[in-house]
Amino acid sequence: MISNKIFKNVFLVFLLSFVLSACATQTRKVDTQMQGDVYTGTDTVEYLASGVPDRVFFATNESVLTTASRDTLRKQAGWLRKNSDITVVLEGHADERGTREYNLALGERRANAAKDYLMTYGISSDRISVISYGKERPVDSGSNPLAWSKNRRSVTVKAN
Amino acid sequence: MKKILLFILFFLFNVSKAYCLIEVDITRGNLNPLPIAVSPLFSDSDTKQELKNENNISKLGEKISEVVENNLRRTGLFNPLEKNAFLQNPDVAHLKPRFEDWKLIKAQALITGQVKFVDEKLRVEFRLWDVLAAKELMAIAFTTVPENWRRVGHIISDKIYERLTGEKGYFDTRIIYVAEQGPKTQRIKKLAIMDQDSVNTKYLTLGNELVLTPRFNPTNQMVTYLSYFKNLPRVYLLDIETGIQEVVGDFPGMTFAPRFSPDGKKIIMSFAKDGNSDIYTMNLENRIVNRITNHPSIDTSPSYSPDGKFITFNSDRSGFQQIYVMKSDGSNVKRISFGKGLYGTPVWSPRGDLIAFTKLHKGKFYIGVMRTDGSGERLLTENYYQEAPSWSPNGRVLIFYRETKSNSEGKGFSAKLWSIDLTGYNERQVPTETDGSDPSWSSLLSN
Repeated sequence: MISNKIFKNVFLVFLLSFVLSACATQTRKVDTQMQGDVYTGTDTVEYLASGVPDRVFFATNESVLTTASRDTLRKQAGWLRKNSDITVVLEGHADERGTREYNLALGERRANAAKDYLMTYGISSDRISVISYGKERPVDSGSNPLAWSKNRRSVTVKAN
Repeated sequence: MKKILLFILFFLFNVSKAYCLIEVDITRGNLNPLPIAVSPLFSDSDTKQELKNENNISKLGEKISEVVENNLRRTGLFNPLEKNAFLQNPDVAHLKPRFEDWKLIKAQALITGQVKFVDEKLRVEFRLWDVLAAKELMAIAFTTVPENWRRVGHIISDKIYERLTGEKGYFDTRIIYVAEQGPKTQRIKKLAIMDQDSVNTKYLTLGNELVLTPRFNPTNQMVTYLSYFKNLPRVYLLDIETGIQEVVGDFPGMTFAPRFSPDGKKIIMSFAKDGNSDIYTMNLENRIVNRITNHPSIDTSPSYSPDGKFITFNSDRSGFQQIYVMKSDGSNVKRISFGKGLYGTPVWSPRGDLIAFTKLHKGKFYIGVMRTDGSGERLLTENYYQEAPSWSPNGRVLIFYRETKSNSEGKGFSAKLWSIDLTGYNERQVPTETDGSDPSWSSLLSN
């Protein structure tokens, strides 16, 4: 009976260590491109001008701008101030793991979060329009957390 | 479900007291499908010739009974028997069945009929017989143009279903949905409509612009949907008879998630502005717009109760997407979903007692139903991704769409329509010519 228990415990410890080590490798692998579940990589990013990334990324179900997103948007605002004839469309997107209608609203909320930030840096709302595509236009068609993190985005697109 | 069992039991006990006619597995809340013999509708030789000459339709009787048979089989409540086993010829059976012959092959109900060609019109008559009680239950005849033969099959199915279950049928109906093609990143979407049995598919848009979430007007053949025409996502109204369409209202931003009120006179939808989505209605007669919710959270996917007095919708005002019910003027908002996970796309049952929904919990998607106060939650089906249930007009069946997982190259992805019985049984794929999503079930075309 006792030996049985010991055996069980040993087995559990063994199993647990296996699971934990599996977890650790998993995290390390993703770490390079995700923080929490916000995409931090550059795979899909295009540039409006040299050093001005076109997009920001969001956590699941969130529209809060991360530090990196705010940095990107400040660069965009700077570029827009220098090029005062340019107008932009902010395209808000969601990942595929939500209901279609809610995601349309979420995409709109994300694009507006970016718009509000650009406005606080002096860009007139006349120069910014917003459209939500919900989950209709993913950039990465994979069904995995990394793909979803690339798809939760607001992209600033030149409109003229 | 219980109601249906009772009805069938009642009807059969009533006609024949001597036998226990149906074995019902009550513990599973399921019933053994009723064995039914659908004898092909017969035509005399003159009619056969005329149909062939003038309309190039042969074997019309067989085709109509095939429509009936397939409809009944798909309900999961009936088991149409193999025709090879039938002992009696269709014409003789139609006049007076030899009930012993039909009992022998274990049929409990029998459908017989005749197709005649009279003055360039089709006259279709059919009879429904109770085999064990040895008597006629129903006899109906229709006259119509020959091209309408499939609809005749659906109407006959509705009559039989109603007589045997005590509930209205749902066969003379159509499904509107979004037909999908192409890679996930550049999906082409078109509005498509088909009969409830997946026949007669027609495409209503060309695929030049993104279209989403079509819904039928419950009182006529109008449709409301979201179109990205000119890259301005707006709710549209489409008359599927004339093809005429128009934007609903004059909103300075995205309108989406449209649905008709039960009387068909209003559209209820979301309007998104400055990052906030609220629910609005527009009266289609006087064009008056009313704001129904006013909250800094996302309020969307609204659906009226069948009496028009209440609205259910989903909102993330609690921090996460949950289901709420309010009075139709927007007062008295109450959260009704309290289970674990996120809840969305609530749709009020046409019977009024249930709300169907999509639930996301631990990475799985469920279609479920709950009572309108949120009690009695019942999950009908679990999958990798599925959402957007729509009720059959009798409130018996839900149609929804399901997507499959894709690999990192996007391979393996598909979107298909599925239906499931309210009991959670009889889950089946609804065939479509292409991939499909966002299905909406019409009302009965004939009433």
